[in-house]
Amino acid sequence: MSKPKNDVLQGTLTLLVLRVLHARGPMHGYAICNHIQSVSSDLLRVEEGSLYPALHRMEQEGWLASSSGVTEKGRKAKFYSITKSGLLQLEAEKESWSRLIRGVSRVLRYS
Amino acid sequence: MSWFARIVNVLRAGKLGQELDEELNFHLAERVDELVAGGMARDEARLEALRRFGNVTVHKERTRDVNVERILDLAVSDLRYAIRQLRLAPGFAAVAVLSLALGIGANTAIFQLIDALRLRSLPVQDPWELAAIDTAPDFYTSGNYRSRNRAFTYAQFEQLRMHQQAFSDVLAFGDIRFNLSRGGEARFAEGLFVSANYFKVLGVMPLLGRDFAATNDDRDCRDAGAILSYSFWQREFGGDGAVLGRTIQLNGQSFPVIGVAPKEFFGLEPGRRFDVAVPLCVDTLMADDGRGRMDIRHAWWLTLVGRLKPGWSVERASAHITQLSEVIFRETVPEVYRPDDVKAYLANKLRVVAAGTGISSLRRQYENPLWMLLVTTALVLLIACANLANLLLARASAREREIAIRQSLGASRTRLVSQLLSESFLLAALGGVLGALLAQLLSRALVAFLDSGSDPVFLNLDVNWRVFGFASVLSLLTCLLFGLTPAIRATGIAPANAMRGGRGTTTNAERNGLRRMLVVSQIALSLVLLVSALLFGRSLRNLLTAEAGLNADGVLLTRIDTTLPKLQPERRRQVFQQIEERTRSLPGAVSVGSAWLTPFGNSSWNQNVRAEGGVGTSAKKLVWMNLVGPGYFDTMQISLLAGRDFDSHDDRSAPKVAIVNEAFAKEVFNGENPVGRTFRAEEYAGKQDSLFQIVGLVRNTKYFGLRDEFRPFAYFPLNQAEEMPAAITIAARTHGPVNDVMAVVRRAVAEINP
Repeated sequence: MSKPKNDVLQGTLTLLVLRVLHARGPMHGYAICNHIQSVSSDLLRVEEGSLYPALHRMEQEGWLASSSGVTEKGRKAKFYSITKSGLLQLEAEKESWSRLIRGVSRVLRYS
Repeated sequence: MSWFARIVNVLRAGKLGQELDEELNFHLAERVDELVAGGMARDEARLEALRRFGNVTVHKERTRDVNVERILDLAVSDLRYAIRQLRLAPGFAAVAVLSLALGIGANTAIFQLIDALRLRSLPVQDPWELAAIDTAPDFYTSGNYRSRNRAFTYAQFEQLRMHQQAFSDVLAFGDIRFNLSRGGEARFAEGLFVSANYFKVLGVMPLLGRDFAATNDDRDCRDAGAILSYSFWQREFGGDGAVLGRTIQLNGQSFPVIGVAPKEFFGLEPGRRFDVAVPLCVDTLMADDGRGRMDIRHAWWLTLVGRLKPGWSVERASAHITQLSEVIFRETVPEVYRPDDVKAYLANKLRVVAAGTGISSLRRQYENPLWMLLVTTALVLLIACANLANLLLARASAREREIAIRQSLGASRTRLVSQLLSESFLLAALGGVLGALLAQLLSRALVAFLDSGSDPVFLNLDVNWRVFGFASVLSLLTCLLFGLTPAIRATGIAPANAMRGGRGTTTNAERNGLRRMLVVSQIALSLVLLVSALLFGRSLRNLLTAEAGLNADGVLLTRIDTTLPKLQPERRRQVFQQIEERTRSLPGAVSVGSAWLTPFGNSSWNQNVRAEGGVGTSAKKLVWMNLVGPGYFDTMQISLLAGRDFDSHDDRSAPKVAIVNEAFAKEVFNGENPVGRTFRAEEYAGKQDSLFQIVGLVRNTKYFGLRDEFRPFAYFPLNQAEEMPAAITIAARTHGPVNDVMAVVRRAVAEINP
């Protein structure tokens, strides 16, 4: 079984989630998932299930805080929001991402 | 913080799982809603949602692993499983836990004793700085003694303090038993004579009141007070805070209580404790002759302990003190010594030994036997382990199919082994807990066995981290010892073989081989234990009966002390005689006899003797002595080998006579029959020597302890003593219960009481 090419690159999920939560405020997992897909015009697709281990890990690391709340439709859901140390992490991840891009594009351009 | 949360989460795994389910279900439900809104049929939407989500179980487990410490989580579920398994086999579980509890309990109990006696540091400030003064081998002494430890005279203490450089200060203490009552029947308390600097050198602050720092070590003792131990304060004064200034009766004299020692302080001798401490000079106050042992240069009664100065090691201090020996001994020669005694005395050397864990006669006596006991009990535990391993092997073969099924379902071997091991761990843990509890009873029983009324033993048996650690490590080791091999064996069979119902022939033979090995080692170990138990029992019997040379079973010893009524020597003789007569006329009395010193007491007396009349060795010999009355040998069942016992004619007007033992005959008369011969006992310088005719020969008896060698002894009639001692012991061999006899003796003593 070959993986779809537009699967989110391993390791960038953290960056995306932190960025989304930073920009849009508290969201539940489903909304994060949809948001990433729609903002990226479906170029990026998160394998929906794998979002959850990532979210929980980030919560353990202290980058996210969670609270339970009720959606507009009246369903109970778990809402995630970014913490202070999450903001720092976001900066660090952005930095390492742009380094990766620079590195890869240099290789593409000059080799 | 995160690892902590993960460990805590193990305990609330169920709740976490539920929350996660809710979260994932919400996601799926939202997706289905969206798909349905987009025009998909509900069933189809559901499938699509699941497809997009991926493997729900895998994601759930991965998320769970993020939140929960996996290893711990597995351990908890393994333990749960183990509990279920053991519940299914309660008989097996009970046998296993009990045998482990006995093994671990016995080991822990012995270890607790060793810990209390040997390993624990003294409850004083910086105990490792303490060192005791000791004598070099071949130390020559003569005089009278009262101490459980290496003893020194007061003059030596003074000189040592004056000249030494190695210690910031040196303290001295001696033991005594105080009589607390004002007269009549005695009530005893364990006493300590301590130098004024005792508490200061040890760095022990009194809980209440003050220490002796204000007292002087000189003979003037008018304002001496007493410091109580914490337990004595609780016992006698109910822990009364207003105890300071109240008085306490010690050997008929009143002393004000000036302080209470801290709770954990028991003195410097592990295995002993003190009730009351008084300054050294109190010995002078209590002495018959008003002089006391501080002035007597041949009274050996003080234990000396110093605190090393910074930078001084025990070795360096020892070298220093050895060098000082000459000066110290030159300045402290007992006046009563004759020239040749003085020469031997001056050649003595001192040394220093570490005392951070205290000084203990008990330790000398019991340390090696205790280590040996520990080895023995360790063997018992090994047998228990081998036994359990065998049981587990048997259980494992019964569970072969179950294990095979689990293996074919994908359980890894490590998981299975760890599951089986957690069963062993549970058994070991239960055995350990039960064993630790059992150890508390066992160690106290052992101490009670060592303890005798006249020689109380006191050990602090509180459980500390060392004992706790010992029990835990022991449990873990046993768990590995009896659990690991069976677990590895049980999971090592190819599942297919096990499933076929039959057993792989090779593994079968292998396993039987292992079990045979276990059985063989069990038998071997048991045999070792059996033999050592037999040997132990035999030597115990020897110690208890044959070798002591006397039989104290059924003998009631009554110590009559006339220090309190302050009787004159002549009056003492009458009182003693009256009490002896009354005891003799008791119904059931078989024989009665008196003695000044009793075997296995801590007191002794020795003198040099020389054979007279050109027979035997010409050299003088140091022999031990005692005063006894007629009937003493008969009562203690010390057989008379030749000659006669003392009788009522051996009094002050008759020629001086003596009875000697075999060792005496061997050393002084070269083993010839000594009856009828004469020996000279060297008196102190300036006094006329006495000549004694030997009228009897008795068997050797132990005196200082059962393990001690037989020593040459000379016995003299009590009635020929120059001065009747203030206290004697009346031994009575009787029929009938000791308690009845005791009551009668008590009444007789009370009636005669002058």
